[in-house]
Amino acid sequence: MSPPVVSVSCVSKHFDSVMAVDDISFDVRSQSTTALLGGNGAGKTTTLSMLLGLLLPTSGSISIFDTDMLRDRYRVLPRVNFSSPYVDLPRRLTVRENLTVYARLYGIIDIAGRLKALGEDLQIGRFFNRPYGQLSAGEKTRVVLAKALLNEPELMLLDEPTASLDPDTADYVRGMLEAYRKRTGTTILLASHNMSEVERLCDDVIMLRTGKVVDRGTPAQLLTRYGRQNMEEVFIDIARERKLDRVLGDQQVVKK
Amino acid sequence: MSLMAHDHTGFIPSLRRIYALVLRHTYLLRSSGPRILELMYWPTVQMILWGFITMFLINHSSWIAQASGVLLSAVLLWDVLFRGQLGVSLVFMEEMWSRNLGHLFVSPLRPFELGCALLTMSLIRTLIGVGGAALIAIPLFHFSIFDLGLPLLAFFVNLLVMGWSIGLLVSGVVLRYGLGAESFAWIAIFAVQPISGVYYPIATLPEWLQYIAAILPSSHVFEGMRAVLFDHVFRGDLLLHAALLNVVFLTAGFLSFLRFFKIARVRGQLLHVGE
Repeated sequence: MSPPVVSVSCVSKHFDSVMAVDDISFDVRSQSTTALLGGNGAGKTTTLSMLLGLLLPTSGSISIFDTDMLRDRYRVLPRVNFSSPYVDLPRRLTVRENLTVYARLYGIIDIAGRLKALGEDLQIGRFFNRPYGQLSAGEKTRVVLAKALLNEPELMLLDEPTASLDPDTADYVRGMLEAYRKRTGTTILLASHNMSEVERLCDDVIMLRTGKVVDRGTPAQLLTRYGRQNMEEVFIDIARERKLDRVLGDQQVVKK
Repeated sequence: MSLMAHDHTGFIPSLRRIYALVLRHTYLLRSSGPRILELMYWPTVQMILWGFITMFLINHSSWIAQASGVLLSAVLLWDVLFRGQLGVSLVFMEEMWSRNLGHLFVSPLRPFELGCALLTMSLIRTLIGVGGAALIAIPLFHFSIFDLGLPLLAFFVNLLVMGWSIGLLVSGVVLRYGLGAESFAWIAIFAVQPISGVYYPIATLPEWLQYIAAILPSSHVFEGMRAVLFDHVFRGDLLLHAALLNVVFLTAGFLSFLRFFKIARVRGQLLHVGE
């Protein structure tokens, strides 16, 4: 079996007296799409930030592609990319200028060719010459996603990849991510609040609550375990700290 | 075929990333005529003001009469120091205003390379701002700072490097304390102006302040400038002092920037900065 792409071991992060992430450990398998789920403040963004090296953990170790991210992150970063609706691109630069700058940072050889391909894949070519700041929220999300795909990363960390997108565009982006993963075999770790997205895209789910990993499994396993019809109900059960045995007990009562 | 160059470490990839960031800020600069005019505005206003003061003082001050270009040279060289610092700080804050640091630092860009890009943009902005004002002074006051010859290059480089050093320190402070500290970028440099002897000899200062002036590269540069203008000699000793001090200043500037960057990674400030 191939080693995990991401390996998180006993990682904690506290900001003064606030414990944002509390002794979490998990692996992410190669070529999987794994969801990091949890309510607001559960520690998803903090975890993603630590994986990327934007934030240093208080304790624990993180390894990506078998490389220690705390010591050698620059060996890993060319193979990774990231998108988040909470991190912007320069607003006064056009889409083309923004993508050109990042293509150079990643050392892309054929920049024009890569931009053309991404323009077609993400349907953003028609506003390449518009300033990024003048785009709608949905258009910005697609441009940031294009930035995340520039280097054809082997690992993508996506924070709410379809936030602000209308249902049609969100569906298109999900389809594009699925096709991209099939074509390239990339590994995706995403944080999302959209449970239908998680059911469609993910083959593994890590549930976080108050900075701890509280459950894990495939969407199908979690649905069975919690006796629910969809992931949204599972999410609510976990976020509201309903005990697994109680959930199962309630269900047995209903069945009777 | 691979999309990317295989080599991400070493000198050439590093230059490529520095160039990418310089390109980013050049795009910004060229997209706005008012931005370029703004770069030249204050240096030009200052030069005009001091040009008229010079015209008045030539007939009322024997000191100025000996070297009529002393005030205009001083004001233009001071602006090299000021614009050098401001160029670094403003370009860095531009990344914070646009909430772009998160994307930059998940790319292979190293903090040191960001620092080098800031210095390059500072050089470009200073050349546009102060260079424009220096050219306007030629027809307006029949004064050319370029008449200083090669010493001008030595003065320019030393003041620019000192400006860079303070700019890196200020950028680190703004990263650490957030954009609430941005006004520091506009005022920090003025703390050294009175003791740099920009418009008067260092001997004018009280003795204890002269000791402090001695550890500033700028005070040696302005003393050197007056030596050229009044005595027509180039003081290599003053230049050497300034250059050695600048090695210390620039090293301290970079180290403080990298230290503040590390603190930002501990405190999670790379993702949570912006307007």
